[in-house]
Amino acid sequence: MWSFSQIANGIHEWLSKTFNPTWTLIIEMVLAGVAVIGLFAVLGLILVIMERKVSAWIQIRLGPNRVGPKGLMQSMADTVKLMVKEGLTPTGADRIMFNVAPIIAMIVAMLLLAPIAFAKNFQLWDLNIGVLYVSCVSSLMVISVLMAGWSSNNKYSLLGAMRSGAQIVSYELSAGLSILTIIVFVGDLQVSKIIASQETGWWIFKGHIPAIIAFITFLIAVTAETNRAPFDLAEAESELTAGFHTEYSGMKFALFFLAEYVNVFIVCAIGATLFLGGWMPFHISNWTGFNHVMDYIPSSVWFFGKTFFLIFVIMWFRWTFPRLRIDQLLNLEWKYLLPISMVNLLIATLMAIMGWHF
Amino acid sequence: MDKETTLLNESQAPFAGSGEVPYDRYGDTSAGIALGDGDFQINFGPQHPATHGVLHLVITLNGETIKKVEPHLGYIHRSIEKMCESLTYRQFIYVTSRMDYLSAHINNHACALAVEKGLQVEVPARAQVIRVLMDELTRIASHELWWGAMAMDLGAFTPFFHAFRERESINDIMEETCGARLTMNYMVPGGVMHDLHPNFQKRVKEFLQLYKRKIHEYDELVTGNVIFQNRMKGVGYLSAEDAIAYGVSGPSARGSGVSSDIRKLYPYEIYDKLEFDEVLETAGDSFARYMVRINEMHQSIRIIEQLIDNIPEGDFQAKTKNVLKLPKGDFYTRVETARGELGLYIVSEGGNTPYRIKFRSPGFSNLSVLDHMARGSKIGDLVAMMGTLDLVIPDIDR
Repeated sequence: MWSFSQIANGIHEWLSKTFNPTWTLIIEMVLAGVAVIGLFAVLGLILVIMERKVSAWIQIRLGPNRVGPKGLMQSMADTVKLMVKEGLTPTGADRIMFNVAPIIAMIVAMLLLAPIAFAKNFQLWDLNIGVLYVSCVSSLMVISVLMAGWSSNNKYSLLGAMRSGAQIVSYELSAGLSILTIIVFVGDLQVSKIIASQETGWWIFKGHIPAIIAFITFLIAVTAETNRAPFDLAEAESELTAGFHTEYSGMKFALFFLAEYVNVFIVCAIGATLFLGGWMPFHISNWTGFNHVMDYIPSSVWFFGKTFFLIFVIMWFRWTFPRLRIDQLLNLEWKYLLPISMVNLLIATLMAIMGWHF
Repeated sequence: MDKETTLLNESQAPFAGSGEVPYDRYGDTSAGIALGDGDFQINFGPQHPATHGVLHLVITLNGETIKKVEPHLGYIHRSIEKMCESLTYRQFIYVTSRMDYLSAHINNHACALAVEKGLQVEVPARAQVIRVLMDELTRIASHELWWGAMAMDLGAFTPFFHAFRERESINDIMEETCGARLTMNYMVPGGVMHDLHPNFQKRVKEFLQLYKRKIHEYDELVTGNVIFQNRMKGVGYLSAEDAIAYGVSGPSARGSGVSSDIRKLYPYEIYDKLEFDEVLETAGDSFARYMVRINEMHQSIRIIEQLIDNIPEGDFQAKTKNVLKLPKGDFYTRVETARGELGLYIVSEGGNTPYRIKFRSPGFSNLSVLDHMARGSKIGDLVAMMGTLDLVIPDIDR
């Protein structure tokens, strides 16, 4: 069947035949880099238009419908607008930090795309500590937010950045613990092995109640980690005007904006990989015919379907719930989510030792 | 250092105002209140998404905790009171639609009542019913907008659109009958400007049906939401004593258990013949004020239902002279707007323009309590409190 892996292998073979191994590696790295940048931009565009359409659907309106068919080119028009806008730097700002912060946000989001398996055998870098790498790099995100808030020389930005710092550091814990629950079941950190372990069934089905609790904790924690409503305290439009990116305009703002959406995509992709089987099709044991039909759906469709479903859920949160207050946000994490996920991890470990999962 | 500490304590005391209050109108810390370690001041507005207009608050913060809130007014002051002095008794009503633009009819109603009181005109029964119907429709429209805007202050965007769906049908009714959707001018001394549109009854009944079909969404989307309740309950506490002391009126006062509905206490038009309840909550927090407004919408629906099939036939306007001249003397009327008690005080010298006009606007008094309520809470709570006080800035500044 036609798949990404065949294209990738084809390119690799052609390059190996044409160039020597060093050049092959360099060209492949450049290609991968271009692919990541392209994916970054395309994902941003798609997710922005998706968010606007989802919010319009929830809010009984039409959403953008003027630019292009059904308004689908709206985010292209927005991008052009943002690119030609002047990127202001406030007089009192720390110029270097102010200008570097959005680039760090973008780099972090791009780095995170590396270990994600988009389809069967289609992965930029299948490193053996894949999930650990993701949790490490994603915590770098807070640095760009803190830098942006601190260097803007604006009290609203500072408040937003401080909120964001407290929030991301706290919710890293629950997100990490819920990821650990699955890792305990799998016994490996490598993304490809985690997906391979779900061939007989996704962890959300195989892992009994601990996996479901971990999944819910994970969803809440990553929503908070990506600063999405109802945990968007770092931006908190009605409180802090725009929070940490109040002073940003033009492309600098756009980078934060894109990074936010790509981060949402990444955390949802991680969620889909860990809990919903990544690119693994949905199988029901003994239903051979049904399983064959499921196998005919390409693995990339499975992966993107699951990921976009999770993205939709996170968008659904945003357009339904009011925002939490900062102390309520931290209470939720330290008093509820963290103890629950710790106990949950213990139970999961016990289950893994006793071999109670499927 | 000693001096600074005492200054801070003095300004923090409730009812600070006697003697030398350290106060600087530009929020300059050097001459203003002394800031402790880690305190800073932040300008909340005049261009800010949560102030719904040009309200300017200078907030003294310690981290996220509010130490002091100073409203700075005057950004939308149009000297309406002074303008009214040079307009005749027929003309000045139109200016008042621009005060509290969300209850334009009710402002006009207050003016019409005051002039009628001076002229001792008897308003026809039909005009009275039409006026009450318009008032109550306005009240619902205003509360709908408040509901959506307050949810938006709390970070939930969707309720705004749900609220506007219902508000839109009220606006359509207003457009048909009064010719305007926002700054309506329909009430004139002696009655209303012209008769109801033939479609009026049908459209209002349609609206009542729509409202009843959709109102459960309000509770599902916002009232019952656990995040919303956590944000509202126990936040922005206002005791009944403080509400009276600060002159808070309307739903904000009734949330603290202060009976202040002018329609019940000093009935005007036909309100004493109608069956409706004064909504009272005793908790005094933001959630109580929220529930008062939600239930007030139900009461307004009750009033409309009683009247819509019983609009008497007859004149819609009493016969008045072309040039109105109020006799020498003082005239005071008060009405219940969507935000509270609107008082109108006219001093007449016997001419065709008022000698002096004074509005007692509900928003101004309700805003004055914000500092008292907000001290010690977080910025997020301040926004929620402003939401439940239902501030309309042109009403505060006039």
